[in-house]
Formats: sequence, structure tokens, C-alpha cells
Amino acid sequence: MGVYLKNASAEDDLTKLTIDGRKIDVPEGNSVLRAAEKLGIVIPTLCDHPALEAIGGCRLCLVEVKGTRVSQTSCTLKVTEGMEVITESEKLTQERREVLSLLHASYFDSGYPPGLVEETQYSKWIKQYGIEKQSYSHSQARHPVDSDPHPMIWVDMNKCILCLRCARACAEVQGRNVWEVNGRGYDSLMSPGAIGFTMLNARCESCGQCVAFCPTGALDNRMSMGSGGPDRLVATTCPYCGVGCQFDLNVKNNKVVGVTSKPDAPVNGMALCVKGRYGYDFIHHPDRILKPRVRKYLLEGISKPTFKKTDASGVKSSDWDWEETDWDTALNIVADKFHHVRESNGADSLGFLTSAKCLNEENYLMNKLARQVIGTNNIDHCARL
Amino acid sequence: MAGLAASFGSGAMSNSMDDVAKHAQAFFVIGSNTTEQHPVFGTMIRHAVRYRGAQLVVADPRRIDLVDFATLHLRHRPGTDIALINGLMHIVLERGWQDQEFIETRTEFFEVFISSIQDYTPPKVEEITGVPASLLHEAAKILASCKPTAVMWAMGITQHIVGVRNVMALANLQMLLGNMGKPGGGVNPLRGQNNVQGACDMGGLPNVYPAYQPVSSEENREKFLKAWGATSSTSVGLTVTEMIPGVLEGKIHALYVLGEDPLMSDPDTNHIRRCIESLDFLVLQEIFPSETSIYADVLLPGASFAEKTGTFTNTERRVQMVHQAIDPLGEARPDWWIIAQVAERILERIPERIQNEAPNAGWNYSSTSDILSEINTLAPSYGGITHTRLERGERLQWPCPNSDHPGTPILHTREFTRGKGKFMPIEHIPPAEKPDEEFPMVMSTGRVLYHWHGGQMTRRAKGLMQVYGESLVELNPEDARRIGINGKTRVRITSRRGSIEAKAWITDRVPPGMVYANFHFPEASANELTHASLDPVAKIPEYKITAVRVELAG
Ligand code: SF4
Ligand code: SF4
Ligand code: FES
Repeated sequence: MGVYLKNASAEDDLTKLTIDGRKIDVPEGNSVLRAAEKLGIVIPTLCDHPALEAIGGCRLCLVEVKGTRVSQTSCTLKVTEGMEVITESEKLTQERREVLSLLHASYFDSGYPPGLVEETQYSKWIKQYGIEKQSYSHSQARHPVDSDPHPMIWVDMNKCILCLRCARACAEVQGRNVWEVNGRGYDSLMSPGAIGFTMLNARCESCGQCVAFCPTGALDNRMSMGSGGPDRLVATTCPYCGVGCQFDLNVKNNKVVGVTSKPDAPVNGMALCVKGRYGYDFIHHPDRILKPRVRKYLLEGISKPTFKKTDASGVKSSDWDWEETDWDTALNIVADKFHHVRESNGADSLGFLTSAKCLNEENYLMNKLARQVIGTNNIDHCARL
Repeated sequence: MAGLAASFGSGAMSNSMDDVAKHAQAFFVIGSNTTEQHPVFGTMIRHAVRYRGAQLVVADPRRIDLVDFATLHLRHRPGTDIALINGLMHIVLERGWQDQEFIETRTEFFEVFISSIQDYTPPKVEEITGVPASLLHEAAKILASCKPTAVMWAMGITQHIVGVRNVMALANLQMLLGNMGKPGGGVNPLRGQNNVQGACDMGGLPNVYPAYQPVSSEENREKFLKAWGATSSTSVGLTVTEMIPGVLEGKIHALYVLGEDPLMSDPDTNHIRRCIESLDFLVLQEIFPSETSIYADVLLPGASFAEKTGTFTNTERRVQMVHQAIDPLGEARPDWWIIAQVAERILERIPERIQNEAPNAGWNYSSTSDILSEINTLAPSYGGITHTRLERGERLQWPCPNSDHPGTPILHTREFTRGKGKFMPIEHIPPAEKPDEEFPMVMSTGRVLYHWHGGQMTRRAKGLMQVYGESLVELNPEDARRIGINGKTRVRITSRRGSIEAKAWITDRVPPGMVYANFHFPEASANELTHASLDPVAKIPEYKITAVRVELAG
């Protein structure tokens, strides 16, 4: 998948070249861009992404090659033996400025606070190359801001530079074809299916790959809009299915404000599904239990009220109401009751259901609690279910 | 995964997801709606088909999304997996497509197995499964000619009274084709929840200590007695599907439930409710109130995955770090802290229980890294897996017995865990519950992309709810017409145990005569209808086949 740097293996022939006067050898088949990155040389790019096939579309990654007159796109240029590459020159700066100026003329930012990324890849190059708006630039939005009703994905095509990363990510990573170019020339526009379609009716699976790959903020994470960039990123593992994707939790003021791909995740790379990327807000849901709760009868020292048979609303008696307590009280009640049941009915009258949602270390402790402390093998979890 | 344990001696996924995605020449996906249940792996399969030209054979009664990418779709009747698999093997044998060398050097009991396959002729299999004989031929040809073929399945295979036998039949198939122990091949059960694999590995099972060391062995008992200073007996405990009914039988008096919602996830909800409400004492440790908390005596606030550090083990035996991102909310505490507190306090009340000189008797852990160090000494396959190594970026799949071991991406490469792979004769047995006049249709249950399990988390995620906010029941247009749906959308589904109402999604994803429901929403939980017939070995309920009647709702 994609055009990541191909590292040398025993059977590979290495190609020797120089970039900015520095020598390097990489296996054949690599692009000049990947070889330069290996040397720590930064070439500006927009349409390239190592997880996608290179298309040489934006022409920002131009380099000069000794012996050829025209600059070439380093993301599609393959290394050849003895090649001498230059990545910075006045000519290249001029050409890159032209590329960016043209893009910037049709880019329009309405100024609303964005999602998790404060400075996009695009705005970084614009700033670095000192590109200003021109007299012929757009001074207002050509397209509706927030043009798609998708509950998780924010679409603002005024910021689109037609790099096609969204469409390629959708096709190459997700195996869908939601995004396509519609219209021609100046009127070209990314849209989900034909114009007038929404993402969801173009068979979007809400994975957010397009957002993760978009370099301009034309596609953004709706749930994170206005969050103003995280304080920190914490790498972790998805709490949903058994695939075990990893991602970065974006944290601001002790709150999870979003999820972003962690490109070096072992299983999934940039990919995530809708639950991993957009299913995080349960963490701060107001239903969270924030204090231990015990039934009133336990504090009153009276016996357990009986249920009305199979009535989900439980017992009407107020002895069955919840009372919030401190940890000490709740833990002692639990220990007393378990101890009591163990004394009166034996260890095998207790059962333990451990959790496929909890950590390995926690599951180990449940097993130790059941077996060592109580002395029963009545422990299970719900993998059967 | 008792089926694989019997065939090979180890029950886990044999290969890795990226391995099969990169190297399999063909995929045989049976009973797994991969793109919805294991979505990112689903995209890897789609990628392999689309960009690498891998062949894909999907066997599923439903026209699941993966079918769009499939070379062949075998739409067999629910509950006929064994007949289908045996039928494919019959053709392989008849044509001499088996891998004779692999069979001779790596397996045993082949002769017994051959004779068990003889009856599964294409016409007979067509009759049982509804899959045309010509399609069976094509499928067998693809599986036998693409080397290697990877087999994948999920709960669609295991949630049957014959679940274990289904798995053994697939193990037979992969031995027959010589696809075991090779990159791009193998038997690959996809585990549902994020850490089911880890919960099993860590001894969250009634018959084994951590790392599948049987409790029935006196040697193991002594090992843990020595380490912990006390342990349980050598007799196997109760499974969840026995424990809960055990309440009404007077066997179980108290339950400690960690992060589970048996009222949503267990079959035959009405019966479960009667059991749970009869408990003397129920402790529930959870992040949200649930259907089960209605009956809990004590509710202990655990922490979400974002509030603690430790490890999960994914479906391919890969152990990965979970990192604390935020402080626990309110007075919530990491579950490991709570469990240790409960343990210490019970032990204070029975001080005579522990021989204190035992090295791992204590409960005074300062972190989960401490706990994993204890696991290293007691669970051989986790011997070399530490937080330090994982933090360094090492990628570890168990078995990883010591700190120099690089982990094991592919199992069974030279020999099987049990030595030789064991061919098992497996016969088709019809499902426990058959449709009849009163309940003429078959209901199958499962998950949808936007939700997960009992829905406790996903129903509280705003975006997911906006796309998929209520239970939808898939109903074939033909059946919809027959019940006179006529523009109405709500249907009532009734089984011998209960009744639910839900919105119908009229679609030919399901064949005529079948409805498909999920258990993510309490107001229309399919488990109100399911029954508790269990696979006799794995004790997994038969969720995939319930006889029902579908009518217009009120
Ligand atoms: S929406 Fe973003 S990713 Fe897609 S073409 Fe436009 S700028 Fe590129
Ligand atoms: S992101 Fe999706 S596919 Fe990946 S582990 Fe989470 S739920 Fe599974
Ligand atoms: S990055 Fe090379 S052409 Fe766009």
C-alpha cells in the first residue's frame, strides 16, 4: 500500500545518487522524494502521502536534476544510478511560489476556528513561501461553508486545492469511492458522487480517512471544530473491536477532544473505522458513574428488599434507592458481603465475570481474586457471547 | 476457541492480519461480516482483492458488503456450515487437489476423516445448503488452486450449537489444502471485543489459569499455590452461561461483574432477569449504569480506556499499550486498583487463607507494569512481554516466552502445538431450533458498523447515533410483501421466548425467510428472543438461529 520508503533487503540492487551534494543509496523503485526524506531533506509537498500512490498532481515537490532542463516532481521521479539532484535553488523557489500562488487564488478561508489541526500542511507552505492574496484571488466563499450534513465530517470546499488525497485515501485505504472530481477546469469540485449527493448516500462508511489525509482543512472533524488544537497527543489502542487499531487521543484541558491517526500504528497505519475515530465521546458522557453507589438497605443494615417478579423497573421500595458513598464504605460493604457469602455457602457460590473491555492486567487480577482470594474457578467473560 | 485447540493444540488466530492481507492468494471468509465487525481488517481484504488481485470466496446467508468484492458468494442456509465445508472438501478429494505431502508429514487420522466426507456429494450438499453444485465446484477450485488460501471467520461460525465442530471442519479444510503454518494461510478466527483474546489469555475462563494452563492439572495447582499462597481446586468452574442460571438452582449466591452487561449480551433476557434478581448480592463495576445495574447492590465506578495505562491483546495475539490520556473522571478509579482493594479487604477478613511467604501472595501493586511483571513469571507465553519493551516500539505477538524472544507472528510453522494436526470427522447436525408453522422464519443476530456489543458506549457517542440511531431489522422484500408491510415500517418479531418491535429495513441483504437483528439497543434487543441452547463444548449460545414470526407492529 502506498509509496513508503522501500528499505533495502538482501536481494535488492541499490541505486546510488546524490541529493544536494550528499551521497545516498536506496533500493531501486524508490522516489527521489523518499530518498531525500531519508537524508532529512525537506521538500515541500501537498498531493503526496506515503500511504497513497503518487500522482504528481500539485507540482510543489519540484526538484532539479543535473542534465535535464525542466524541473521534475520528486514524488513521481524514480531514483536512477548516478543521478544528481538539487532540491533548493532560486529557480525552484520561484516555481514553487507560482504553484502555491495559483492554488491560493482559489482557496478561501472564512475564518472560523478549525478542528484539531491549527496549522495545516497547506497553510504552512503558504506562510513559508510568503504567498499573499492577489487582486484576482477570491474574496468570498464560492461554495457553501459546511456543505454536507455528515454528522462527523465537516466539508468546506472553499479550502479545497484538488490534490485528490481524499479521493485516493477513500479508494486506496478504505476501498470506497465516495469522493470524485466533478465539473471542469476552474469549476472543478470534489463532491461525494454526483453533485447534489451527500456523503452518506454516496456510500460513505464514516471512517474519516479523507479528513485524515486532507492537507488543507477542506475536510475536517466536525465533532472537534473549534477545539483549537490539543495540548498533547496520547497514543493508545482502540477500545472497540479485536483488530486493535492504535491512534492518538487529542487531549485539551484534561478532556479528549478528538482522535487522529498514528501513522506508525502496527496494525492499521493511517486507517481507522468510524468507531475508533469518532466513537470517543462516550468518555465524557454525563451518564458516567462518578462516585461509588450502594443501595440504601445496605447502609441501613436491613435485609435486601425482594423484586417484583421480572419487572425491569425493579423494586419500588425506597430501601432499594441508590446512595452515593465514599470508596471506603463501598469497598468494605463488598468485602463484608463476599466474605459472608463465602463463609455461609462456600467459595463456589461466588461467581466472577471478568471483562473483554478491560486491560490484560485487570483480567489477570480478576482471575487471581477468584482463585487465590476466594478459591473458586467460577470465572468467565463474555467471549462466548 | 475449543475447536482449534482440539485440532492443533492452540486456539488462537494462527496468522497475522497484515500477513494474510499481503500474502494470501485467496480468502475464504465464512460467518464474518468483516467490513462491519472488524472494519479495518475488512478494508485490508478489500485492498488485497482490488489492488493485488487476490480471490475472495464469501460464504454467508446474507449478502454482506464484502460480497461486492467477492469472486464467489456461497449463500448457504443458516446452520449448514459443516455440510458446506465438507462438501468443498469432498470435491477437493475427488479431484485429488489435496496437499498430500502436508497431510503425510504434518497430520494424523486422515483415513478416518476421508470416510466421514464420502457422503457429502455435491447433489446432497446442494440439497442441505441450497448452494448449487456448480458453485461448490468453482469454490473448491479457487480454494485449492490459490496457494495459500487464508480462512477467516467470526461469530457467524461459533455462535451455533455446533460452533466447535464448525471450527474443526475449517481446521480440516486448511490441513487438507496444506495451508497451515505458512505466510498468507492459516485459520483466523476474528475475536469480537477489543480484549477478548487478553481476557482468555489472562485466565478469565473457568477451566484454565493464565496462558491456558488447565486448572485440572495438579501440577498447575501446585505452581499457583506456591506463587500465590492459596488457589482454587482442580475442578473446572462454571461458565457464564451456567453461572447465571445457577442462581435459580441455588448454586450461585453472589456475582462480581466487571464491565459486562449480561442482561444485554446473554440469550433469553427474560430468564436472565429472573436469575439476576434472585442473587443475594451483585457488584457491578462499570463506567455507565446499564440494564444490569438495575439489579446491582453496589455500583463501583471504573475508569474508561482513556483513563488508565496497561495492555490489550488483539485478535492476532498482538499485545499493545493503552496509555492514560486524562485523569479518571470524578472519583472513578482504574479497575485494577478497585479489584486489588476488594481483594485486600476480603483477605483481611480471612487472614488464615494465605501462606504469606508466597512470592506473589500480595496485592500491593503500584502500577499495571508491576502486575505484568507478575504475569511474566506465571504465564509462559507472556514471559517476555513487558511495558518497557512495548514502549520501546517492539511489536510483540505471543508466544513470547522470554525477554530476548521476538514474538510469534505465525503459529504452527514447523509443527502444531499438539505435535501433529488432528483430522476430525465432523458430521452436519441441523440447528436446535427449526422454523415451524407458528414461527416460520429464521432470525440471526449480529452487529452493525456504527455500534458495538450492548451499545453502552456507542449509544452514548453522538455522531454514531446520528447515523444509526435505532435498531433496524433486515427483512427481505418478498417477506415484507407477504406480511403486507405496505409503506409501514415497524414490525414485531416474536420467538418462543419473547417479542420485540423495531423498524424494518427492507433489503435483499437477507434471503427470503430470514431476518437479521442486532443487540445494540435495549428497547429492541434481539436477545429478548434468542434461546440458550449451548454448544456442548464451548458453551456458546446459538445466536445465529432462532425461529421467529414477523408481523406488522400494532
Ligand atoms: S478535499 Fe482536501 S484532500 Fe480532497 S482534494 Fe480537496 S484539499 Fe485535497
Ligand atoms: S478503529 Fe475500528 S477496526 Fe480498528 S480496532 Fe477500533 S473498532 Fe476495530
Ligand atoms: S507532492 Fe509531488 S506533485 Fe504534489
